[in-house]
Amino acid sequence: MSIRHSLLALLSEGPKYGFQLRQEFEQSTGEVWPLNVGQVYTTLQRLERDGLAESDDVEADERQKNYRITAIGDEELARWLRTPPDLSEPPRDELVIKVLVASRLMDVDVFDVIQIHRRYVVQLMQQWTRLKEDEAQLDLAFALAVDAELFRLDSVIRWLDSADGRLRRATLEPIGSPKQNSVALPSIRRRTGAHR
Amino acid sequence: MSILELHKVSKVYGQGDNEVDAITDIELVVERGSLVAIMGPSGSGKSTLLTIAGSLEEPTSGDVIIDGARLNGMSRNDKARLRRRSVGYVFQDFNLLPGLTAAENVSLPLELDGVAMKKARAKGIGALDGLGLADRADSYPDQLSGGERQRVAIARAVVGERSLLLADEPSGALDSVNGESVMRMILNACHGGVAAVVVTHDAKLASWADRVVFLRDGKAVDETLAPPSPEELLNPNVANPQ
Repeated sequence: MSIRHSLLALLSEGPKYGFQLRQEFEQSTGEVWPLNVGQVYTTLQRLERDGLAESDDVEADERQKNYRITAIGDEELARWLRTPPDLSEPPRDELVIKVLVASRLMDVDVFDVIQIHRRYVVQLMQQWTRLKEDEAQLDLAFALAVDAELFRLDSVIRWLDSADGRLRRATLEPIGSPKQNSVALPSIRRRTGAHR
Repeated sequence: MSILELHKVSKVYGQGDNEVDAITDIELVVERGSLVAIMGPSGSGKSTLLTIAGSLEEPTSGDVIIDGARLNGMSRNDKARLRRRSVGYVFQDFNLLPGLTAAENVSLPLELDGVAMKKARAKGIGALDGLGLADRADSYPDQLSGGERQRVAIARAVVGERSLLLADEPSGALDSVNGESVMRMILNACHGGVAAVVVTHDAKLASWADRVVFLRDGKAVDETLAPPSPEELLNPNVANPQ
């Protein structure tokens, strides 16, 4: 998450002080991503250094400075909003690795391992969903941020379900079948190796 | 107080070589006011469990108790009466009767149970009103959107003094925002004292439940523990003091 650009976005609404930016940042993310005030001042210093924000109070202490966005800052914000983040590299997902490893070990029940993770993720989703329960109090930014987390966790469950189904099918294949090793680690490693 | 109890409930379809165990030794107790979700892959026995819990189907063995009444040995008529009075169903495809208006669809179970038409209709409109659909009371199902049809189906399931709400993939083909409203309505019914069981393969829907039971090959293999307070997600330091 780019604090730098989020602060630029808030400054694009008008000049603001650091403490104000922190408060508004937390409000706009529904307080799902807390921000410490030190991060705000460091980021503002860098924005100023790079010519993206400026302040008339040159001599003043960080906390006393009122910042505004510059024309270059506006351009940078517009560019950032329209640039898709790089999703091309698959993240090194610990959960995926655990299931892959479990699927290779003879004395480990991979389905048991999958269920432990499935239960944990569903419990986590229950916690996030509880935060949306009171609709009257539900802030839009907060709901969007919570949804993002729920969809991310849901994709984990879907992958676990799919891995479960695929592994079950693989265990039903007759011994010696060429598909027998289709879930094994080496083939995955080969693919990631080729990618890099 | 428990509204639904299943004890050692099993269901076997077919005979001899064709015998299939749909569900085996299911233990499930659902308290008044609680929402339980049943998750599992296709063919894991979720729908069988729900139809048996709603007395639409007989178990091969085991006990089903609804609202304190044991279903074993109960006559067909008594079961039908119990179903009409205590149990509401929400199906994936809504199952509204196309020739009846929204209000008529909702009040039908009450009328079948002998409630006078006028009174039943008033209760039906009240249930629709509770789900924000009072102005659609005279519309026919084909004049309603998917989300509205599902709300009518939920109104029909909770109208009267129903104590048990059973839902099979209740969000059907609705998008996720409408799916969420469906779960919110079911949860509201639970806050009003209804016990609900929702069968779904969608973790986003299941996560509205107080408890999630995982079904696999007809057996309840696992269930969620009471999750920690949601506030811990926003204040990680509370949960993790380092």
